[in-house]
Amino acid sequence: MATFDLKINGTTQRVEADPSTPVLWVLRDHLNLAGTKFGCGMAQCGACTIHLDEVAVRSCMLQVSQVGKQEITTIEGLSANGDHPVQKAWIEQDVAQCGYCQAGQIMTAAAFLKKNSNPTDEEIASAMNGNICRCGTYLRIREAVKTAARSL
Amino acid sequence: MSTSTKAINRRKFIQVSALAGGGMLLTFNLFTGCKPGVSKVLELPKEWYQLNGYLKIGDNGLITLMSPNPEIGQNVKTSMPMMVAEELDVAWKDVIVEQASLNTDLYKPMQLAGGSNSISASWEAMRNAGATAKQMLKQAAANEWKVPVAEIETLDGNLIHKASGKTAGYGQFASAASKLPVPEKVTLKNPKDFKIIGTDRKNVDGQKIVTGKPLFGIDYKEDGMLIAMLVHPPAFGLQLKETDISNLKAMPGIVDAFYVDVYPDNVKTQWCDVAAFSKLLAIVGKSVWQVMQAKKSFKPETEPIKASAKKIDMFGSQVEVITPAGFENTASHKKQMADISPSKVKQVRRDGDPEAAFKSAASIIEKHYYCPFLAHNTMEPMNFFADVRNGRALLTGPIQTPSFLEQTISARLGLPLDKIEVKMTRMGGGFGRRLYGHFGVEAAVISQKMNAPIKLIYTREDDMTNGVYRPAYMATYRAALDENKNLIAFHVKAGGIPESPLHANRFPAGAIANYLAEEWAVPTNISTGAFRAPASNFIAGAEQSFLDELAEAMGKDPIEMRLQLFESAKKNPVGKDNDYDIDRYAGVLKLVKEKSGWATPLPGVHRGVAAYFCHNSYVAHVIDVVMKNDKPVIENVTTAVDCGIVINPDAATNLSEGAVTDAVGHALYSRMTFTNGIPDQSNFDTYKMIRNTEAPKKISTHFVKSEVPPTGMGEPSGPPAIGAIANALYKATGKRFYSQPFLLENQA
Repeated sequence: MATFDLKINGTTQRVEADPSTPVLWVLRDHLNLAGTKFGCGMAQCGACTIHLDEVAVRSCMLQVSQVGKQEITTIEGLSANGDHPVQKAWIEQDVAQCGYCQAGQIMTAAAFLKKNSNPTDEEIASAMNGNICRCGTYLRIREAVKTAARSL
Repeated sequence: MSTSTKAINRRKFIQVSALAGGGMLLTFNLFTGCKPGVSKVLELPKEWYQLNGYLKIGDNGLITLMSPNPEIGQNVKTSMPMMVAEELDVAWKDVIVEQASLNTDLYKPMQLAGGSNSISASWEAMRNAGATAKQMLKQAAANEWKVPVAEIETLDGNLIHKASGKTAGYGQFASAASKLPVPEKVTLKNPKDFKIIGTDRKNVDGQKIVTGKPLFGIDYKEDGMLIAMLVHPPAFGLQLKETDISNLKAMPGIVDAFYVDVYPDNVKTQWCDVAAFSKLLAIVGKSVWQVMQAKKSFKPETEPIKASAKKIDMFGSQVEVITPAGFENTASHKKQMADISPSKVKQVRRDGDPEAAFKSAASIIEKHYYCPFLAHNTMEPMNFFADVRNGRALLTGPIQTPSFLEQTISARLGLPLDKIEVKMTRMGGGFGRRLYGHFGVEAAVISQKMNAPIKLIYTREDDMTNGVYRPAYMATYRAALDENKNLIAFHVKAGGIPESPLHANRFPAGAIANYLAEEWAVPTNISTGAFRAPASNFIAGAEQSFLDELAEAMGKDPIEMRLQLFESAKKNPVGKDNDYDIDRYAGVLKLVKEKSGWATPLPGVHRGVAAYFCHNSYVAHVIDVVMKNDKPVIENVTTAVDCGIVINPDAATNLSEGAVTDAVGHALYSRMTFTNGIPDQSNFDTYKMIRNTEAPKKISTHFVKSEVPPTGMGEPSGPPAIGAIANALYKATGKRFYSQPFLLENQA
């Protein structure tokens, strides 16, 4: 067990955890931030995507000891009022079916649009390729990313 | 549904409503309700009045509608309350939706997510709930205003008496209405007057989903809750052998570890209790990561199972399930299926004299189709919360069959039903996997042993290697043509491990004078069950690919060939029990032909067509494939659907798009294979799922305008997509695809 001071969604939180604990489980188990989802545990599905200093990373393979001073943003902290352009676009396109993967999809999309605010369809699909949606909402995900890009 | 059945259901419903009525004051928590929209702040009423089990009305006119059925992503939590709101005549913006808990007395016919049945089965009950409550509100206003009830009209949650100019919101009469008797007879709206049904309404959980609120079973938490995980044998055909586990118990954060027998032989089980492994090792601890580490460190000892036969309850009748011993392999499965002994083949339907027709044929086409096992791979792995203490069982989690789970929990724990409470969370996918609630029973057994609340979580590897898989299937299709290339006989022989996929009375049965349908099955010790559009998810693709090949051999356009068969079935129907409506089936083909511009193909675009009927709905697709760098790209899908009245068109479109992507993805890329009983795939690194760049670039979905009561929507769009993609791939590559997954079929 070790103590970590993590910057999460704009506040510093102290966590006691085994240094090997993935950030995913620190968020879900220790900090009650359950919006970041467990999907595969091996960075294959993207359900656990968070931002580490504005870069989309898979929190299931990121050990809490690796975070250091980098800032973590989770779906809960993406916007204060749930009105980030990507979140609004997801509502506008009514993307979700079961909804389980969508927090990870949104975090991937938000980080991507920060780097490329005017993407082509191919760039969008490639950027979203690491996030599996078992319900098959891929078309609406692409539409929502385009909608968000227009409003940025 | 016959008229008399409807009448019985109505009476039952009204009795139930009467029991639930009576001005009950209920407490309410905003966080359990769901409301679309970003910044809408709803002022909560001071008091809620329950008019029946489906709805309560606040003194300020706010409405809470209960969504009875489990939500797996099929959007019933939005579309079922829409049916109540329609007849209640309220504005959708004033509606809050709550997920109901399991209540078998109140919610009929059944709180179940399966068979694409939620909407069609509740079409009457949901509308009656709204209409009877509206009538009670009218009566309360008529009593107060001293005017005939027939003169009172309603509009968007308001009661209006035109002659006297009196108006009131529903909230003002909610209390009085809740004390009135439930009317025996109500008139339901003419579909022409629908204002909510048939309009696009956004997912009521949408805002919670995009902001990461805890909605799913795996997110559920209670004070003092421990985490449990399970160890199961590494191969089918093995069972755990009990060994010393004291080292395991000493690991950091581990509270206890013990062997459990989830389904001992003396416990009565049902169709939904499919589970390959009854004996498991439970590890219980304080945090997920600690329990995962302990689990990872443990290598179980195992022994081979013995062959067994067990009786299970299948909707009231006892069915024997045979489990053979031994270790199974995908390669030997294929051989077993291809070499099936004629003595195992059973005739299901025979019209005319197929043998004689085949003998006299000028040419015969014979083709073989295959699909592998599939894992459901819901994005949310299996999990369940259980608190079994002090003679009570509280269960919360993702389950498609809550009433069946309650029955098995009762049998397993020896508790009466009234001591068991089952709450449903939103589910991170179902696809049939969560019909089989062994994980709920496992959670209950662990909680009982611990005498503490626990949440059981499967890892992805647990989920994928302890599945209830889509069976492997094989089908042989044969057709006989005369010297003028007329179709004179048709023969299908299909089977699977461990069940047949055949629907012998579906098209083209009824359209061909000489028709033979046969089936067979091979038992297995690999656990299998329903997977979105069971059986249809294979046989539709096989049949529709074969019809495409047959049309080509007959020198006909594949749509015209099918339409001619329908024409023939209409003019001269063959046999009995033909299980489809000819006009509706032909209707979706005609619609897809028109909407896809079938008559004017584009250069470089390779098109495949298919149509299928299942879950009482009709779907046809035209899929357009373009080859880029020798790889097929799905450029466009045109879909025509006849599912009767569409409750929520945009949500239904989303569901259909998803079903197409899901079905095409599995047909092209996915498989679950076994070597010596060991699953060869255990996570998404080895199990290929369709991803964003492989999904169709565009899908346009067209619904047949209809006033027929709604039929299935969650499943029917999938199966024909497999035929359409196979037929498009043939056009694109010149090669027919018979063996799924199509794009991996030449790989070992």
